[in-house]
Amino acid sequence: MMRLPTFAWRTPRDAGEVVRILAGEGPSAAVLAGGTDLLPNMKRRHQLPATLVSLSRVQGLREVALEGFVRLGAGVTLRALERRADLRQRLPALHHAVTQISTPVLRNMGTLGGNVCLDTRCNYYNQNYEWRRAIHFCLKCEGDTCWTAPSSSICWAVNSSDTVPVLIALDARVHLLGPAGERVLPILDLFGEDGIQYLTKRPDELLTGVEIPDQGTARSTYRKVRRRGAFDFPVAACAVRLRHEGDRVAEARIVLNAVGPRPVLCEEAGALLEGRALDDEAVEAAAQAASRRAKPLDNTDHLAMWRKQVLKVEVRRALEALRG
Amino acid sequence: MGVDRRHGADDGTPTPERRGLLDQLAEGYRVVGASPVRVDALAKVTGETRFADDLSLPRMLHCKLLRSEVAHARLLAVDAAPALALPGVVAVLTGEALPIPFGILPVSQDEHALCRDKVRFVGDPIAAVAACDEDTAFEALKAIRVEYEPLPVLQDPAEALKNEVEPLHDHGDDGNVHKRIAMQFGAVEEGLADADLVLDDLFFFQGNTHLPMEQHAALAVREPDGRLTIWSSTQTPHYLHRALSKVLEMPPSRVRVIACPNGGGFGGKSDPFNHEIVVAKLALMSGRPVKIALTREEVFYCHRGRHPVLMRSRTGFRRDGGITAMHFQTLLDGGAYGSYGVASTYYTGALQTVTYQVPAYRFDGVRCFTNKAPCGPKRGHGTPQPRFGLEVQIDKAAEALGLDPAEMRLAHLQPPHAVTANWLRVGSMGLGACIRQVVEGSGWRQKFRRLPRGRGVGLACASYICGAGLPIYWNAMPHSGVTVQLDRGGGVAVLCGETEIGQGSDTVLAQVVAEILGVDLLDIRLHVADTQLTPVDLGSYSSRVTMMVGHAAFQAAERARAPVARAAARHLGVPADRLRFAERRVFDVQDPERGMAFAEAVGLAEAEGGTIACAGSYTPPATPGRYRGAGVGPSPAYSYTAAVVEVSVDEETGVVTPEHVWIAHDVGQCIHRLSVIGQVEGSVYMGLGEALMEEMAYRPNRFGVHKIPSMLEYKSPTTKEMPPVTTWLIEDPDPNAPFGAKEVGQGPLLPIMPAVANAVYDAVGVRVDEVPITPDKVLRALAAPDRRVGPKRFPDLRIGEVMRVKTEAEGGDGTAPRPPRAAARPGARA
Repeated sequence: MMRLPTFAWRTPRDAGEVVRILAGEGPSAAVLAGGTDLLPNMKRRHQLPATLVSLSRVQGLREVALEGFVRLGAGVTLRALERRADLRQRLPALHHAVTQISTPVLRNMGTLGGNVCLDTRCNYYNQNYEWRRAIHFCLKCEGDTCWTAPSSSICWAVNSSDTVPVLIALDARVHLLGPAGERVLPILDLFGEDGIQYLTKRPDELLTGVEIPDQGTARSTYRKVRRRGAFDFPVAACAVRLRHEGDRVAEARIVLNAVGPRPVLCEEAGALLEGRALDDEAVEAAAQAASRRAKPLDNTDHLAMWRKQVLKVEVRRALEALRG
Repeated sequence: MGVDRRHGADDGTPTPERRGLLDQLAEGYRVVGASPVRVDALAKVTGETRFADDLSLPRMLHCKLLRSEVAHARLLAVDAAPALALPGVVAVLTGEALPIPFGILPVSQDEHALCRDKVRFVGDPIAAVAACDEDTAFEALKAIRVEYEPLPVLQDPAEALKNEVEPLHDHGDDGNVHKRIAMQFGAVEEGLADADLVLDDLFFFQGNTHLPMEQHAALAVREPDGRLTIWSSTQTPHYLHRALSKVLEMPPSRVRVIACPNGGGFGGKSDPFNHEIVVAKLALMSGRPVKIALTREEVFYCHRGRHPVLMRSRTGFRRDGGITAMHFQTLLDGGAYGSYGVASTYYTGALQTVTYQVPAYRFDGVRCFTNKAPCGPKRGHGTPQPRFGLEVQIDKAAEALGLDPAEMRLAHLQPPHAVTANWLRVGSMGLGACIRQVVEGSGWRQKFRRLPRGRGVGLACASYICGAGLPIYWNAMPHSGVTVQLDRGGGVAVLCGETEIGQGSDTVLAQVVAEILGVDLLDIRLHVADTQLTPVDLGSYSSRVTMMVGHAAFQAAERARAPVARAAARHLGVPADRLRFAERRVFDVQDPERGMAFAEAVGLAEAEGGTIACAGSYTPPATPGRYRGAGVGPSPAYSYTAAVVEVSVDEETGVVTPEHVWIAHDVGQCIHRLSVIGQVEGSVYMGLGEALMEEMAYRPNRFGVHKIPSMLEYKSPTTKEMPPVTTWLIEDPDPNAPFGAKEVGQGPLLPIMPAVANAVYDAVGVRVDEVPITPDKVLRALAAPDRRVGPKRFPDLRIGEVMRVKTEAEGGDGTAPRPPRAAARPGARA
């Protein structure tokens, strides 16, 4: 069987202590929440933290507040979110995205913070140590070639989170606690341009929670493309938030994910809709513009070309779903 | 009742006891055909079944294999000494210590437990470490130094066929051609010329793997007297026994193989494997128990799964849909080793003839070696690929001729008990009943070509063998043996070499004995799959266990019943043919009160004639074909299946969703009804995976690695993808089978893939002539001018001499005239 490497184990009681440990250990420490992402990666030896900082005993990370500004603790499990009927009513797109993650068993362990910080994925990277040695490793881990795009200087591992595109569409902000205190930033700014430095979070910062502004009259939806109805990460995904004023679109946020290292907010596609009625022509134009932003490469399940083709269909279907 | 008479003299005589048994059975079965709680059920559901990886012994060492990082290379040096120097490492092993090759087929002994001269695919094992724990062994692998001299990598069989680079092996028919077959039965070209319609189609069936839940594991120990015992997750302990004896140069009597219950096999645990030989050798060397438990990635490297097959089928049809002649060609991508490949190649040409009448038939098949994990037998072994081509082609022919595909098939069925053009003797033949059942049950007539666009139905049929007529290695001994031992307490010990792989073989064995002796399943204690204690059974492959173990168990139980019946008859003063064995009693059928407990009767019999331990065995009947290659295809009986699949197709995304499967299977007679239905549903599930998503994909431009050796990325359906399945069992007992029972483990898989393809055509009018039918292919076909996606070229197989065999209708006798001795091998290098 595949076994875990050895590591030191820390179980701090509060977030401040987590941050102090992280600051002391540097990048060789990793935070362990549900472990559904980190532990398999450790077994395959592409993440080898010397110290694991467990969040299991940290107080205050599992809060769910749904009045006014929604505030969700990073440590709340996906299963707990899934079970919240009030979340489904208040933010159906986010609730739906949560239910689409992996399987019920993994959602029992996996957390919101874990899904937001999900390591980027690539089928040259998510492989055993021995397999990766056979390709002389890759840019993201121990090697110097990105096998997805060998002439590329950046890593093309894919952001495969289901919650992230929805949170971007909902204009969410993330709370990061560091040695110097807390900072709050729009969630889109949490993500870097590269599959390796995919988070702008510093190694000594802890994601403590997500806040989502009141959505007013805006409505949202999430569509995930994957091979099977369970287990699978998205290979193309889109989240859309629309606000109508009368029969015109007042605001449209179209977000793509799983088609590159970074989630994509398609401002141009959104702008095409603003001030217009959501007729077939407008929908088609926006879907076209959005899919142009997608640059899927051959490093996930399904053919890259098909993912791009289908993403356009999915954006269109998302917009159609928000029509009436 | 089909009981083989060639083993033991007592069966020929119609003794009173035998008449009594036959009368007992004629009155109706009590256990056979029902669904009692399976004998393995409680242990399975409580987690108490001891699979190979559950075993642990004191002082046990853990083994890890160092596997090749390159797809094809000469091994210049392998130095494992630095690993041995590490703390915790007890033994290391390289190919040098195991010079004797092995392989499942006598003609392809081309594997070494650890590579010696060359590595042939990424994952080929090179060295092994036994250490105090798995972590130490894993770390020690990094200390082993390997020097490779890279060789050109071949991953495309059409390239391999050209023989332009150094071949993988120095055996085979020529260069990288492992096996080349060409045989003809009857006047094929004349038949094609006489046809009203000739279809010439190319098909491709992608390779896929078994994906058993249990990863292979093995534990070996050197016994105090130097003998070897190995527990393994193997479907074929007898063949592993032979391979170990050969490679380790130990007499078979000093080697004991125990097959643990397999957590699924599907053909993937039917070869003797390198890791089994390695732990055996390490145990002998170290004197300590040595265990290996493969990772999922390593299971992908063991493989032996479905061969990728490129096919060309040229078939002539009369206006009424009857076939005049067929010329079927296959090119198999064999991967790096022989495995069952020669048999697989024959199987791609063997069973085309047993469903519909094919008066003239030619088959050309070639298997090439490539630098990929070796292919072998997966559920359906070599027959799903041609069945896919054949059933899709028939769908095309029906449309071209303006016939309903169900009616067209029904009109030209192979009659029961016929001999086919290629000399296979068909027994009972329930395909007509199967087709009528699924047509009726699915609403075929209201649906076919009548559903709204995007929704469609497809029909396909198939047949499969109930056990191979010949063993893997040539011998005249029984294929299966069973010993039944009665004890005074009324218990029955049943010993048999058969292997439970989840298919229910233990329960079938117990049911057969329980039916004949009239005892409860709880009274039966099974001892199975242990080469030291149990009579040989060849293994859980080729759908042979119910047929062959069933026969042997029947015979052994009947022999054990006879002395009990005689003793009871004497004691009760009732003629033996009036005695019935049921409810743990032996009694007079005319006066059921007059009787005694089974245990009491056993005691009387034991007092009279001594301990009761009786053996039974089975050898399949001789086959009518006697030409070279006639050994693949014959079987005591054939199962038949028909299926209708309804799909919806999203024309914008190309996604195909199966909505419902209706399937009817001619099983002859159920032994365990619920397990039969389970096998049908499991086959549908596996078939849908092969039809729609499963793929052994490699990256030829990235060092030839397997693209996705993991449970997550090798896509196999989940319960969420499983549509409702309606199953019907057609029970038309076969005279050659025990209780008339035919196979169910493999046949029901076969019609699923072509039925899906035909349904996609009905839904959106495109032909995807290859599996898996992925969404991108559907979109491409929708955009293609000819509305088709599939192979466009078929390479020249460089067939030389074609073996010609006269059909029965031509007055043949099943033999082929001897080819001229001096004829050069086709395509042989100068």
